[in-house]
Amino acid sequence: MLPTELMQEGDHLMTVCNACRYCEGYCAVWQAMERRLVFKESDLNYLANLCHNCSDCYYACQYAPPHEFQINPPKTLAKIRKYTYEQYAWPGPLAKAFQKNGLVVSLLTAVVLIGFMMLAIASVGSQLFMPVRGADFYQIASHEVMILTFGAVGLFSALALLIGLLRFWRNVDEPYSEFANPAALWKAAKEVLSLENLDNGGAGCSTSEEKSSQALRWFHHITFYGFLSCFVATTLGVFYYYGLGLHETSGYTSLPVIFGTLGGLGLVIGPIGLLVLKQRRNREIADESQYGMDVSFIVLLLLASVSGLLLLALRESAAMGTLLVVHLGIVMALFLTLPYGKFVHGIYRSAAVLKWALERSRPPAHSAAGE
Amino acid sequence: MPDDSKKFDVDVLIIGGGNAALAAALSAREQGASVLVLEGAPKHFRGGNSRHTRNLRAMHDAPTEVLTDAYTEEEFFNDILRVTGGQTNEPLLRSTIRASATCTEWMKQQGVRFQHAMGGTLHLGRTNAFFLGGGKAMMNAYYASAKRAGVRVLYDAEVIDLEIVDGEFHSATAMIEGKPTRISARALIAAAGGFESNIEWLKEAWGPAAENFLIRGTPYNMGKVLKRLIELGVQSIGDPTQGHCVAVDARAPKFDGGIVTRLDCVSLGIVVNKNGQRFYDEGEEFWPKRYAIWGRLVAQQPDQIGYCIIDSKAMGRFMPSVFPPSKANTIGELAKAVNLPVAEVEATVKAFNDAVQPGTFNHAILDDCKTSGLKVEKTHWAVRIDEPPFYAYSLRPGITFTYLGVKVNDRAEALLTNGKTARNIFAAGEIMAGSILGKGYAAGFGVTIGTVFGRIAGTGAAKLALRPTGSNAKEEVSLNAAN
Repeated sequence: MLPTELMQEGDHLMTVCNACRYCEGYCAVWQAMERRLVFKESDLNYLANLCHNCSDCYYACQYAPPHEFQINPPKTLAKIRKYTYEQYAWPGPLAKAFQKNGLVVSLLTAVVLIGFMMLAIASVGSQLFMPVRGADFYQIASHEVMILTFGAVGLFSALALLIGLLRFWRNVDEPYSEFANPAALWKAAKEVLSLENLDNGGAGCSTSEEKSSQALRWFHHITFYGFLSCFVATTLGVFYYYGLGLHETSGYTSLPVIFGTLGGLGLVIGPIGLLVLKQRRNREIADESQYGMDVSFIVLLLLASVSGLLLLALRESAAMGTLLVVHLGIVMALFLTLPYGKFVHGIYRSAAVLKWALERSRPPAHSAAGE
Repeated sequence: MPDDSKKFDVDVLIIGGGNAALAAALSAREQGASVLVLEGAPKHFRGGNSRHTRNLRAMHDAPTEVLTDAYTEEEFFNDILRVTGGQTNEPLLRSTIRASATCTEWMKQQGVRFQHAMGGTLHLGRTNAFFLGGGKAMMNAYYASAKRAGVRVLYDAEVIDLEIVDGEFHSATAMIEGKPTRISARALIAAAGGFESNIEWLKEAWGPAAENFLIRGTPYNMGKVLKRLIELGVQSIGDPTQGHCVAVDARAPKFDGGIVTRLDCVSLGIVVNKNGQRFYDEGEEFWPKRYAIWGRLVAQQPDQIGYCIIDSKAMGRFMPSVFPPSKANTIGELAKAVNLPVAEVEATVKAFNDAVQPGTFNHAILDDCKTSGLKVEKTHWAVRIDEPPFYAYSLRPGITFTYLGVKVNDRAEALLTNGKTARNIFAAGEIMAGSILGKGYAAGFGVTIGTVFGRIAGTGAAKLALRPTGSNAKEEVSLNAAN
C-alpha cells in the first residue's frame, strides 16, 4: 500500500495533469493518463513505472513549483516507483534493507563474497598468487564449482525477478493471459529496445528549461546493450564448454571474448555517463532517498566491467588468480542484488510499456472532450 | 530619480516577455540590431500569458507536418468575423491571417516544437498547431534561442515610466536590481500584455463585480505600459469590458490557474444563480462558443457566481475538473452542501425535469433533447436530472485576457491621437490585439496575433534603428513583406 500522503500527492498530480493535458505529446504516461478519469493506487503504480524519468514535462509545466499547485511529475512518480519496488520484491524484507543503504550493502556483499572465495580456494590448496599456465581460470576455481554457485545465484535472482514481475502485473489489474499477446509484445519490445519514450520528438530529455539532450538515452543504450553483450558472451562460453567441448581458454578473437570485451567497454562508458548525468541532475526533481539504490547498481556494473577487462588483459600474469576471484565476487554480488535494486526498473518499466501497448489495442473507457 | 550610473543604450528595447516580445526580439536580432528585453516577472514566471497558451491558429492551403487538411484564408476570415460579430478591422485581420501561414515554420526555426498533427485528444489539428508541451515549453525554446542569438534579457525588470516626446520614444525607466534605471533605445516595442491582472482597472470598467473575477493568467499584466502609452498620446482601441472571459471553477486560484480551472459541464445539466434560478439556455451552443459566453453570463449574476448541477449520467462526458464536485444523493442535500436555497433549487430542478421533452441524446450534435414551457428553455441536450448521486460545481467569471489596447497599423506602428503614426513605437501581442478583436475569441488566435505582430514589429524596429541617421527613406516592413 502506498502511504496515504503519497497516494494523495499522486492523486493531486494526476488530477491537475489530466485537466491540463499539455504534455500529451511527450511520452506514454500522459496518453495512458488520458484514458482514465480516476486514479486508483493501481493506476498510480502503473503510471509511475511507465515514467522514464526524462523531466521534459517538469520543465514545460505551468504548474511546477513555485506555482501553488506544486506539480512535479518526475519526483512524485519516482517516489511512488520506489514504493512499488518494495511492494513487489520477493522476499520483501531484503528489498527494504537494500533500498536504505544500497551502496554499502552491495559493496559489502561483494567484499564478503570475495573473502569467502579466497578462503575456499586457499583451503583446497589452489595457487592463487602465481601465473597459471594457459591462463586457465579453472585452475583457480573448477568449472563445476563456478557453474553450481553461479547457477544457484542466477536461478534465485531470476525467480525473485519473475515473482516481482507477476506481482506487478496483478497489481496493475492485468490477467496473466495478456502476456501472450504477440502484437503487444512486439510493440512493447520495439519501444523498450529503442527507448522511444526518451525521444520526445527528437530532442531527448530536458536537463534545464533551455537545454535538452539525448545523452541519457545513449548512455542507457550503451549500458543496456553492454550488459546484453556480456550476457551473450557468458552464454556462448558455456555453450563452447559443454556444447562444443572446447575446454581451453578462449582466444582474443573468439566470439565469447569479443562479446565480453565489447560488453565490458559498454559497461565502463555507459555507467560512467549515467553517474555523471545523475550528479548533474536537478535536485528539485529527484527523489534523494533512492540515490543509494540507483548508484549501487551502476557502481557494481562498473566494477564488474573494470575487473573483467583487467582480468582479460592480465590473465597471463600472477594477478590473474586474485583478479578472477574479485571479478567473480563482484558479479555474484551484482546478481544477488539485482532483484532488490535499480535493476528492477527494467522489469517493471518494460511490463508497463507492455500494458500500454495492450491498452492502446482496447477501446477507450470514456470519451471526454475539452478545450 | 533614475539611476544614471548604470545606463543602458540599445537599438531596440522590448517591454514584455511573452510570445510577441520574444518573436519581436528574435526578429530584431535577425536584422542585426542590439536588443534588450525587459520582463517584469521573475524568471520562473516569465512569458506572461503565453506560458498558459497551447496552440496557434494558422492558415494553410495544404496539410503540413503540424496541421491537417487545409484552413483557407476565407474560412479563417469568416471564423473571426463570426466570433467578433464583425467588430474587427477587416484589412488588418486579412493581412494577419495571410501572415499566419509562415508562423509555424518560423517558430520551428526558433526551436519551438509542435505536436504531430494527428496526435492528441483535441480535434483542432486542422485549424490550430499545438506546441509540444504547451506554452511554457514554447517560451523555454524562445528564450534558449534568444540566448544563442545574443538577445539580452532582464527579469524582474518592471517598467515604471516612458519618455515619449511628440510621438517619439526616447527612453524607458525600469526597476533593475531594485533601482530605477533609464534605458534609451532607438525604437521601442511594447509587448507587455493587457491589464487583466489589475483588479482596480477592471473595477473601473466592470464596477465592484470585478472583485469576484478570477484571473486565469499571469499576475504581472498590470497594464502600466499600456496606460502610460495612452497617457502619452497613443490611440487606444477597444472596450475595457471586452476580452476573453470564460466560466471557471470558483475554487480556482485568484491568478495563474490556467487551463485546468475551466469547467465545461454546463451543457450536460443546468446552471442556477445564488437564488437557485436558471438564467440562460445551457444547451444553446457547442463549446467553444458556449465556453466563451458563460464567463460573461456568470459575471452578470448576483455576486458573480453560478452553480452547475448535473447527475451521475453526465459524469465521464466532460473533461475532468481539477477540483472535485460537491456530491449528494438528493437535490435538496446538494443545494445545502453548496449553500443554495434548498426549496428554490428543488423547484427549479423539478420544473426543468417536468419540461424535458422526449428525444435522443447526442452530445456531438445539436440534438433534439429540449425543454418546453419554461421561461428559460434549454434547447439541446436537455435530459432529466434524476439519477443520483447529484453533483454541483461552482462557477466564476475567469478573465483570460483583455482587449482594450493601443491601436496599430499593419506595420505594427502605434497610431497617435493626433492622427499621426508614432515614429519609433511599435506594439505586438495582447497590448494591441484589440486592433483586430473587438469582442469574442477563437482559440489560438491570440498567439497568432502575437507571433505575426511580434515578427513585424521586431523587423521594422530593427531596420528603423539601424538606418543611418539623416536618411529619410523609410523602409516598408508590412505584414506581407515580413513573410
